[in-house]
Amino acid sequence: MRPFTYARADDVAAAVRMSRDGARPIAGGTNLLDLMKLEVEAPDRLVDVNRLPLAQIEPADGGLRIGALVTNSACAADMRIRRDYPVLARAILAGATFQLRNKATTGGNLCQRTRCYYFYNIDQPCNKRVPGSGCGAIGGFNRNHAILGTNELCIATYPGDMAVALCALDATVEIATPDGGGRRLPARDFHRLPGDRPAKDNVLEPGEVITAVTLPPPVGGIQLYRKVRDRASYAFALVSIAAVVRMGEGRIASASLAFGGLAHKPWHDPRIDRALVGNAPSDALFDHAADLLLEGARVWGSNDFKVPLARRTLKAVLREATVTAA
Amino acid sequence: MPLTVNGEPREFAGDPRVSLLDFLRRDCGLTGTKKGCDHGQCGACTVLVNGRRINSCLSLAVMHEGDEIVTIEGLGIPAAMHPLQAAFVKHDGYQCGYCTPGQICSAKALLDEAAAGWPSFVTRDLAGEVRLTREEIAERMSGNLCRCGAYPNIVDAIVEVLEGAR
Repeated sequence: MRPFTYARADDVAAAVRMSRDGARPIAGGTNLLDLMKLEVEAPDRLVDVNRLPLAQIEPADGGLRIGALVTNSACAADMRIRRDYPVLARAILAGATFQLRNKATTGGNLCQRTRCYYFYNIDQPCNKRVPGSGCGAIGGFNRNHAILGTNELCIATYPGDMAVALCALDATVEIATPDGGGRRLPARDFHRLPGDRPAKDNVLEPGEVITAVTLPPPVGGIQLYRKVRDRASYAFALVSIAAVVRMGEGRIASASLAFGGLAHKPWHDPRIDRALVGNAPSDALFDHAADLLLEGARVWGSNDFKVPLARRTLKAVLREATVTAA
Repeated sequence: MPLTVNGEPREFAGDPRVSLLDFLRRDCGLTGTKKGCDHGQCGACTVLVNGRRINSCLSLAVMHEGDEIVTIEGLGIPAAMHPLQAAFVKHDGYQCGYCTPGQICSAKALLDEAAAGWPSFVTRDLAGEVRLTREEIAERMSGNLCRCGAYPNIVDAIVEVLEGAR
C-alpha cells in the first residue's frame, strides 16, 4: 500500500473541506482498502468520516432518511425497512457477508467500484483506472461485464445490490457540497454511464460528501429482489432485478423495476414500468418488457449468456410478483 | 491512540497503513487471528469490534480509537474454552485449523446477531422471528471459507451450542 496521511473529520463541514482539498473519504473501507492494497487506488490523503453523526435512520416526509454511515447490517435489520421497504433489505442481504455488511455503509456502498478483472489488475489496460490506457475486457474475459450502455472505452458494471433496490424505490441521495449547502438527486441519476469518462463512476464532484439516502413514503405492493450469481452466497450478481409491483383488479397497477449486473449503473428504463402498467399479466407482456430492456444490448464474447439470462430472470420475477400480488 | 483488546488497554501509534489484523498479530502478539487472503474474501481474520464481527484485514488500526476488540484469545483459552471452541473440538469442525479462529469468532457473532433478530438472505419472513436452521447457519457463515471442507461439522458445532443455550 502506498503511504498516505490520515485525518479524522469531526463534522460534515470538515469532511467536505478536506475532501475538496484532495482527501479521499473513508467510511467502512471494505472496498477502498482492498483497492489500496492492490494499488488500484493510491490516495495520498484519507479523511475518516466514521465519527460523523450520520448513523441514524429517521422518519422523514412520510418515508425514511437513512444516514450515510448507517451500516448495511443495521439498515437490513431495521424493522421499518424490513416491513415497508423489503426490497431494500433483501438486496442488502444478497450482497457480501455479515462481516462486510457490518462495516459497509450506506454512502460507501453507493461509491463502491467495479469488479472488472482488468480494473483490479494494475498490469492490464483499463480506461477506468488509467484513462487512455485501453480496455482489457473488450476482447478479453468479460463474463461479469455489461451488456447495456457500454461503449468502446468501458464495459464494466456497477457491482452493488443495494443501489439497485434504491433505484426501484426511487430513493433520493443527499449530498453536502463545498459551498456549504447541499444537493439532492434521484438515486437513479447518481451513477453514470461510462461515456467519454469511464473513470468517473458517479456524479460526485470533489468536495461532495454523501450525507443520507431518503426513501419516499412506503408504496406497499410485492417487493422482490432476485439475484442470479455463480454461487449461492457471497458472489456478485450476473443479473439482478429489484421489483416493486402492485396489482389491482387483475391488472398491474404500478411497477418499478431496476436491474443490476447489466450496466455501468443500476439500470432503470421507465418505458418498462410504463409498458406493464394497466395490463393483465401474460407471457407476451413480460416478453415485451424484456424486449424493451434488451433492445440495445450488446454482448462481448464471454457475457453473451446475459441476454437470455436477463430475459428469463425478468419473466420469472414478473410472474412471481404478479401471482403473489394477485 | 487507545483501544481495548480482549479487555486490556492497548496503544496504537504506528503507520496509518497498518491493518487492524497486523496490529493484533504483530504489535499485540495475538497470532490466533489469521491472515488468509488479506482482502476480505476468506474470513480467517474475523474479530469482534464492539461486539460485531468484521474482517480485520480490511480495517485500519488507526480507525479504531476507543473500540473494544475481541479476538479468539479473548473468547477462550485451552484451559477455559468457550462453548463454541469446545463444540468445534468435539465435532471435528476443522482439519488444518487455519480458518478456525475466524470461524469461531464469526459463529459467536452469528449467535448474537440471530438473538437480536437480524435476518439473512435466506430468511423467508423478513418481519418474523429468526430461526437458526442449518440453511440459515450456512448462509450466515458464508464469509468464512474452509478449504479443508469441514463445513458440515462446523454447522454441527454451532447447532450444539445453539441448542445448549436454549
